[in-house]
Amino acid sequence: MEKSRKKAALWLLVIPYIGLLWPPLYNVREPALFGFPFFYWYQLLWVPITATLTFIAYRSTRHDD
Amino acid sequence: MTTDIDGTALAVFLFFFALVTVLGFVASRWRKPETLAHIDEWGLGGRSFGTWITWFLVGGDFYTAYTVIAVPALVYTVGAYGFFALPYTIVVYPFVFMVMPILWKRARDFGYVTAGDVVHGQYGSRGLELAVAATGVIATMPYIALQLVGMTAVLKALGLHGELPLAIAFIVLALYTYSAGLRAPALIAFVKDIMIYIVVIAAVALIPSKLGGYANVFASADAAFQAKGKGDLLLAGNQYVAYATLAFGSALAAFMYPHTLTGIFASNSGKTIRKNAVLLPAYTLLLGLLALLGYMGHAAGLKLDSANDVVPALFRTLFSGWFSGFAFAAIAIGALVPAAVMSIGAANLFTRNFWKAYVDPNVSDAGEAKVAKLTSLVVKVGALLVIIFLPTQFALDLQLLGGIWILQTLPALVFGLYTNWFRAPSLLAGWFVGFIGGTFLVWDAGWKPLHLISLGGEPFSIYTGLLALAANIAVAVAVNAVVPARTPARA
Repeated sequence: MEKSRKKAALWLLVIPYIGLLWPPLYNVREPALFGFPFFYWYQLLWVPITATLTFIAYRSTRHDD
Repeated sequence: MTTDIDGTALAVFLFFFALVTVLGFVASRWRKPETLAHIDEWGLGGRSFGTWITWFLVGGDFYTAYTVIAVPALVYTVGAYGFFALPYTIVVYPFVFMVMPILWKRARDFGYVTAGDVVHGQYGSRGLELAVAATGVIATMPYIALQLVGMTAVLKALGLHGELPLAIAFIVLALYTYSAGLRAPALIAFVKDIMIYIVVIAAVALIPSKLGGYANVFASADAAFQAKGKGDLLLAGNQYVAYATLAFGSALAAFMYPHTLTGIFASNSGKTIRKNAVLLPAYTLLLGLLALLGYMGHAAGLKLDSANDVVPALFRTLFSGWFSGFAFAAIAIGALVPAAVMSIGAANLFTRNFWKAYVDPNVSDAGEAKVAKLTSLVVKVGALLVIIFLPTQFALDLQLLGGIWILQTLPALVFGLYTNWFRAPSLLAGWFVGFIGGTFLVWDAGWKPLHLISLGGEPFSIYTGLLALAANIAVAVAVNAVVPARTPARA
């Protein structure tokens, strides 16, 4: 049970690839934010999202090395 | 742009350059080991770097001076397409998180220093080891040369023309790297990265306010692209595949390079590496904002001889003398750190996988360190000569190829961490096909890393590196399945 939850946390690391490697998903201007077209702020937003997902994976990894 | 000498800027620049030179020489006494005459100490800093040193070192080494100059230059020229560096430097970290701690453990447990060592240890094949090591060295050489291109851009903006200032900077770098090894760039990286953070944060906070805000920055860039008829704020439909495959392929290649692997092997635990996969994206945020300097160049109405001048010209135009001197010092020092680590990575490969393998198998630990130190000097002088005597475009083309080449070492280096199924001849065949095929496709496209594909519908471009990697893996799998094993696979 515990182990499968830890495995599941590693699957979170797949999410950034889906969010970023399919450009038609975000290749638009609107909605703009602080003057940034969507294309730009969407990709910048993935930096903290990816760091957070990686942090969750980090928390659920056993560091026996 | 004007290129007369600004006294204040030059003085600030020289101050910081002198500061890191002192640090570089002092570094041989920093975290002093029992002896520096061992490749583990000279070339990997004793495998003792914790979270913070690794963060500064890998950050300073991966986000290079050339990046600071070239990414905004590309965005300035082509627009959205140049922004692929952002998804690239995001998706690289889940990969680092999953793979690099396993690779680190393998290297630590068996005392491996290079990718070539790992491959030789896994497969016992001198041929595959040589392929991986040689690929590493030739992919790194033009990368070092490009750091010099980054440095030249700021020296030019300071009014320092000609090759002499560049040569002096590089010789100083070569000397302290020789004496202190990886400790020198690790220590200098602290200064460099803090300076770069200050510069970029100041730039993205202050410049837009001088140029009418971000909305105006994007609008000006849009207008400039319309007027020029080249470039766009968004991707064209036929650029989707190129954008995504460049990002993904570059991310897979990034930590196959000797300089990034050196940073990984030098850390003190798998946990340190995982923690860094969480923390290193801070640099990516910086890179994304830095890329927008390309658009600010349009908003400021700069007239440039070369797109590579966009960042230096922007700073010179919009910042006061002392701060532009500070910014230029940050970029120039930003060239020294990766150049040092790259030359150390290449020197380690030469020593372990060529010298020890073929010239002197019984070389002592001290002998290894000596060979590596001398090689690092030769590598740096070589890069300097390339930049002085060959056209810059040559280094640029070679660096593009370097990315494609280094990606072809991924199956040999990484697959063995997860399975014992593959054997050396199959991986070598795959590497050969990927390397030669990839090089041919790039040459065929006029030295462009993109290959045009048409699957019935509209033709689209795809990153050649990824295409070559697919062929590489397909050949390795096919050969491995067809050719029977002569001896049982090694565990």
